Amino acid sequence: MTINNYFNKNNININKITGKVWKFGDNVDTDVIIPGKYLRTTDLNIFAAHVLEGIDPQFSKKVLKGDIIVAGENFGCGSSREQAPLALKYAGVACVVAGSFARIFFRNAINVGLPVIEAKIDCKEGDIIEIDPGNGIIVHEGTVYTATKLPDFLREILADGGLVEHRKRIRVE
Amino acid sequence: MPTISEKILSRAAGKQAAADDFVIASIDYAMAHDGTGVLAVKAFKEMSAKKVWDPGRIIIPFDHYTPAHTDTGAKLHQGIRQWVQEQEITNFFDIGEGICHQVLPENGFAMPGKLIIGADSHSCTYGAFGAFATGVGATDMAEVFVSGKLWLRVPQTIKITVDGKLPKGVSAKDLTLNIIKNIGTDGANYKAIEYYGETIQNLSIAQRMTLCNMSIEMGAKTGIVPADEKTFDYLKGKAKEKYEPVYSDDNATYCEDLYYDVSYLEPQIAKPHEVDNVFNISEVAGTPLDQVFIGSCTNGRYEDLQAAANILNKKHVKVRTIVLPASRSILLKAANSGIITTLLKAGAVIVPPGCGPCLGAHQGVICEGETCLSTSNRNFKGRMGAGGLIYLSSPETAAASALRGEIADPREVLI
Repeated sequence: MTINNYFNKNNININKITGKVWKFGDNVDTDVIIPGKYLRTTDLNIFAAHVLEGIDPQFSKKVLKGDIIVAGENFGCGSSREQAPLALKYAGVACVVAGSFARIFFRNAINVGLPVIEAKIDCKEGDIIEIDPGNGIIVHEGTVYTATKLPDFLREILADGGLVEHRKRIRVE
Repeated sequence: MPTISEKILSRAAGKQAAADDFVIASIDYAMAHDGTGVLAVKAFKEMSAKKVWDPGRIIIPFDHYTPAHTDTGAKLHQGIRQWVQEQEITNFFDIGEGICHQVLPENGFAMPGKLIIGADSHSCTYGAFGAFATGVGATDMAEVFVSGKLWLRVPQTIKITVDGKLPKGVSAKDLTLNIIKNIGTDGANYKAIEYYGETIQNLSIAQRMTLCNMSIEMGAKTGIVPADEKTFDYLKGKAKEKYEPVYSDDNATYCEDLYYDVSYLEPQIAKPHEVDNVFNISEVAGTPLDQVFIGSCTNGRYEDLQAAANILNKKHVKVRTIVLPASRSILLKAANSGIITTLLKAGAVIVPPGCGPCLGAHQGVICEGETCLSTSNRNFKGRMGAGGLIYLSSPETAAASALRGEIADPREVLI
């Protein structure tokens, strides 16, 4: 199959995301993304309401649909809680760009349909960047960054909006 | 030539695979607890699957919110219990049986050469038995429930050799923290670690579990101690099935080769808020404490409680001290041997086996401005309660510090 102009179920074109940047540092762990005390629910709104509370208690109120997180190394380290990428996704975050990701978070993000892209980019909070996660390209004020490109089968999962949707589609086909 | 990880994943994939290859691997055992199981079961149902691939290979322990202390927690437990029954999963361990990473080894699921996937980041603990064990999230686990298979990238391997005799008052936890200080919280990201050397050979099974448990704190996919006589002894009468130990070839390819000598190692402390923020105890001693926590999947085993009891015997703590045995059988053994009595007389609070305090769920949450010295594995900001500070140490250091009400060197109280 060809992988072009995919839209996942959040209507995010995973080959073209344009959004405003929120900056974070290194080692943003899953406990600060969503503290353990909020995990006793399956209510996505609760996860979204407390997203990144450990770093900025007001973040969930400030972040808007389509915004982009740009962070340093080892984003999502710590627990295997899938509530972390879910909280980011349902708070409206369209994509996370980081120098590197912790491996469980990376898998979880793709499985829940949150685009993640590994790249080091030089930008400020509030800047607008353009991302093509499928092809591993980021554009910021005319500078083009090339990121690690995802293998095709992971791009397919992401394009379907996550592993559950992907499985459903594969079954139907 | 292949490493342990390359060999185990090649066997599980049914084809020769080397580092950096992507494989579809058949899973030997799959574990999800109440914390991650809830989303895994939800995803399983959303995938429109009727039956799990093999109920005998799925293990469900309840440990994160046990006993349930909110109505939503009770409801989640109820939902998973119903699903476990529908799916005829017999390896179900309800509240009070223990922390998953203790329950699986005690019940013989952690065996050399096996591929074990857990919906918990500390699933790498089973590497202490020569297994390839790694953590995933809930949707990955649902995929395993459905198909028994999972895509994995075969990791490169770091070889760590440790020699020397651990000095008195210095334990496997200090060695582990020292390695993490050196490698960093993401220094082993996506990689496997194999542990060798005379110190590792001399570690007990419990100590090897402490070491392998914290491999994830360096980002590692798994940490493996090759199986030996101690492993085989532990598994006698416990192992769920036949197993074939797997060893690296003599000239296996490692991406890094690191060497440690522990002969002069001091007790180690990780300061807030990162696990690699590690210092010698002499640099941290005297830090005032509000709480001490001895327990968790890292250091809640019988010999950890024994080490604490040796220090607390016939003395009294100066700060609130919470002790959490990692499983029912450990609690029972410690009750029978008098360790629980010693700890209670010393003023400790014994809480039931589970994960509660470590992740700030219940049974030992701290508040803003409070400091806890914990034998657990993570000191992330807010983990045990918003605004709280977490220091990490060995059980020996935790017990000595409980006596003084401040961070203290266990070598000063051990005679």
